[in-house]
Amino acid sequence: MSLSLRVQLARPEFALDVTCELPSRGITALFGRSGGGKTTLLRCIAGLERSARGRIDFNGESWQGNGRFVPAHRRAVGYVFQESSLFPHLDVRGNLEFGLRRVPPAQRRMGLDEAVALLDLSALLRQRAQRLSGGERQRVAIARALLTSPQLLLMDEPLSNLDQASKAEILPHLERLRDQSAIPLIYVSHALGEVMRLADHLVLLEAGRVQAAGPLQQLLARSDLPLADFEDSGSVFDAVVEEHDPAYHLSYVRIAAGRLAVSLKSVPVGGHIRVRIDARDVSLALKPPELTSIINVLPATVLDVRRDRDPAQTLVRLEAGNEPLLARITRRSAVQLGIVPGTLLYAQIKSVALMER
Amino acid sequence: MDGADLIALWISFRLAATTTLLLLLLCTPLAWWLAMGNSRWRVVVDAVVSLPLVLPPTVLGFYLLVLLGPFGGLGRVLHWLGMPAPAFTFSGLVIGSMLYSLPFAVQPLRDAFLAVGARALEVAATLRASSWNRFFTVALPLSARGVLSAVVLSFAHTLGEFGVVLMIGGNIPGRTQTASIALFNHAEALEYGAAYHLSAILLAVCFLLLLAVYTANRRLRATGMLA
Repeated sequence: MSLSLRVQLARPEFALDVTCELPSRGITALFGRSGGGKTTLLRCIAGLERSARGRIDFNGESWQGNGRFVPAHRRAVGYVFQESSLFPHLDVRGNLEFGLRRVPPAQRRMGLDEAVALLDLSALLRQRAQRLSGGERQRVAIARALLTSPQLLLMDEPLSNLDQASKAEILPHLERLRDQSAIPLIYVSHALGEVMRLADHLVLLEAGRVQAAGPLQQLLARSDLPLADFEDSGSVFDAVVEEHDPAYHLSYVRIAAGRLAVSLKSVPVGGHIRVRIDARDVSLALKPPELTSIINVLPATVLDVRRDRDPAQTLVRLEAGNEPLLARITRRSAVQLGIVPGTLLYAQIKSVALMER
Repeated sequence: MDGADLIALWISFRLAATTTLLLLLLCTPLAWWLAMGNSRWRVVVDAVVSLPLVLPPTVLGFYLLVLLGPFGGLGRVLHWLGMPAPAFTFSGLVIGSMLYSLPFAVQPLRDAFLAVGARALEVAATLRASSWNRFFTVALPLSARGVLSAVVLSFAHTLGEFGVVLMIGGNIPGRTQTASIALFNHAEALEYGAAYHLSAILLAVCFLLLLAVYTANRRLRATGMLA
């Protein structure tokens, strides 16, 4: 069960030439710089690029190849465009029903009420698209795509045209979607924060080609990829909530490398969350630190040390409980502490960001 | 106003309605092709369609007369098929009017289709709409204002034409004499009373038509039919 691609398309700016295999579960992020071909690849998958050559197979069904081209309206994909794409001649309900009505009742996997509840749209049904805020429009667009009962959901930077408040409004809906529906999602983004929060799998596109592809956690930790150069580069971990401590307003969560204290969360004990640790929030000590304000300390082994884009900094790749962890420290400290591959040390984590799952 | 004038008015309205209906059927696919196609012949077709805007109506009428008359190319073919030549008949008027009003139907439709853009149609495709379905449920409703403009402009323009219908129709009272020609006859015969009546009716009809268009446009915009 997967999406298998071999796509070529010549564009004035670049030549798209992508061969990859994407898992048909969870969220796969297509990540890379603007103009790298992310949107074009997504359009090829949707059948919106007639001039694309190659082969596209989805779960054993051929969408393209051997002279065959299944047109967009016959592919079981839902597509959320980057900018507002609601039909101005219809109200919100009309927009939602547009796709729904075109799916035979026997194939429908979601009803109008369910989509309205999932994206919290009940107050908007009678409104015209123009009256809606940017965030509301994208919520309607997502619900509209879901109502076509797609087997694959494609999203082209659905948050990039929104302000911070609207992004914050939509992200929980996307997380809910990921956790509650079995529909695989391919998500185009150039914001590392979004990807770290949402994605399970990552495809890095650069100048029309796949630079790397794999599980998010592994790719984030690879220091040979441009991901590590991002200001907010870091690591993600799947964690289980172990204990709540309302007195100090803390929750304790368990990752492979140990136990972390985080701000109190409403996730029940035993619940799964994703935690994110930014490389710049990790400092290193050769001995177990004493008398420190930092409560999260994990033993770790140095895998490698490499120069950062900033010449004053180095990027240290660690292994903590068999999971990768990145730390960004000054070059001076790295030299003075004698940090080389194989060094055993203690990673002090100043802040842990939590992302519910 | 006498019976002949009423008949002339009736012919004018019948002509305008027939022309508009046929133009709409013919120009919608043509305008769609001009807006969405990518043939290099589009420029040429665009120019040809716009010709009646600048060509003296008498020139158009003269060519039509030559072509459609009993001894003209098309006239002879039709005669050979046992059909009357269209010159000096109502069908001749319709053919002439359609050519003369062609740009008034094509251009608003083409501009409206261009404004719909590729994105709305792509969205519809990802929502399972086939290409025909996309046209009727997305492109056409979003082009409502363009369709309305095409209808009203074609109708009013046909109602007011003079040179082409005079040449191809031949000013036969009761058959090819339209209101605008009857008006000219009255003025030439110094029958100013009758001329006033006809002029006033044509003026009022054209004004009311345009008023209807502008009102409808405002309403379409207010209800958000137009982005």
